[in-house]
Amino acid sequence: MKIAITAKGKELGSDIDTRFGRCEYFVIVDTETMEFEAIMNESAMASGGAGPQAAQTISKIGAKVLITGNVGPNAHQTLEAAGIEIITGSNGKVGDMAEKYKNGELSSTNAPTVGRHAGM
Amino acid sequence: MKITVASGKGGTGKTTIAVNLALSIKNSMLIDCDVEGPNSHIFFKEPMVKLKDVSIPAPKFDLDTCTLCGKCVDFCQYNAISIVGEKLLFFDELCHGCGGCKIICPVDAITEVEHYVGVIEKGGTGDLPVYHGMLNIGEPFGVPIINELKQFADDKKTTIFDSPPGTACPAVETMRDVDFCILVTEPTPFGLHDLTLTVDVIREIGTPYGVVVNRDGIGDDRVDRYCEKENIPLLAKIPNDLEIARLYSSGVPMVKGLPEYRKLFEEMFDRIKEMI
Ligand code: SF4
Ligand code: SF4
Repeated sequence: MKIAITAKGKELGSDIDTRFGRCEYFVIVDTETMEFEAIMNESAMASGGAGPQAAQTISKIGAKVLITGNVGPNAHQTLEAAGIEIITGSNGKVGDMAEKYKNGELSSTNAPTVGRHAGM
Repeated sequence: MKITVASGKGGTGKTTIAVNLALSIKNSMLIDCDVEGPNSHIFFKEPMVKLKDVSIPAPKFDLDTCTLCGKCVDFCQYNAISIVGEKLLFFDELCHGCGGCKIICPVDAITEVEHYVGVIEKGGTGDLPVYHGMLNIGEPFGVPIINELKQFADDKKTTIFDSPPGTACPAVETMRDVDFCILVTEPTPFGLHDLTLTVDVIREIGTPYGVVVNRDGIGDDRVDRYCEKENIPLLAKIPNDLEIARLYSSGVPMVKGLPEYRKLFEEMFDRIKEMI
């Protein structure tokens, strides 16, 4: 299964970017094989609506889980509509979070963690 | 004639200058464009009465007709529309009401509905009418209300616009298409910093402008030096007078409580007239 992790770099050793809509990269990890690829987040520069746009990006890639720091209300609604499980409050290294997820150590949230326009 | 009173940040006394200037000159009107927190009206006894609602056109999606082609999503530069899986989502607080998605939709699944963003109210007197707009809570874009407010300017009067603080779109909107812009600042490092940002914007817009220093005496002469170096007319200095502050907090304009200040505003107005 594919999971998307918001990251400041392109590697498993990169730090988590705690912003969702305006993170630098998404590292997409396949939890069966631990193979990964990094994609640039083109929404980072959006003047508004970065959250919903980023949610569409990871939905198109086929991610079923999002691991990040914070998610605003619009992004939350879009992710929920896309059926993507949301895990917030993450920090540390991308690879470590992927392992933790695989081991069932992370639990999902069902509410936005920041208010509107928090990332503007 | 149209004069805008602007300031790079809130709390510099922009409203004080706008209100007292309007009160000191003949045949004036006041339009408070600070739609997120209008407060000019507190200096007038007359109640504000609602004139009209302000709306922008917002799209309404017929989901039975929509083919989820995604053309509207790609078109909307404000990311107000999302499609994930089989679902189309619309975020009305991101929509600027440009109407483009309706035009772009190949199957006519989009119609337009009114989305109410705020109201315009009127108060003051026949001699000095006061208008202001109020953005509904949670609505992020004041510009549509400001544009409607500007329509109330009466060509036969001198209109004073009280601009929203800052240098973002709503402030820029009030600084263009006017004859003169008064930039209000304080004689402090922060005041100067915000003033320089506002000067950059006003030079870009091209409106003639001058500076008023408020609460003169609380800082130093760095604003004077800056204005001299940049060749910016210093229109007036309002002293840091405790009595002005006391009147302000009880909602009395300084030219009413301290009539000697009226002359300062009259002279300010004379200088402005010479410059335009
Ligand atoms: S009206 Fe314009 S801003 Fe609003 S959703 Fe349509 S394209 Fe986007
Ligand atoms: S352009 Fe029209 S048909 Fe295509 S997704 Fe948008 S609303 Fe649906």
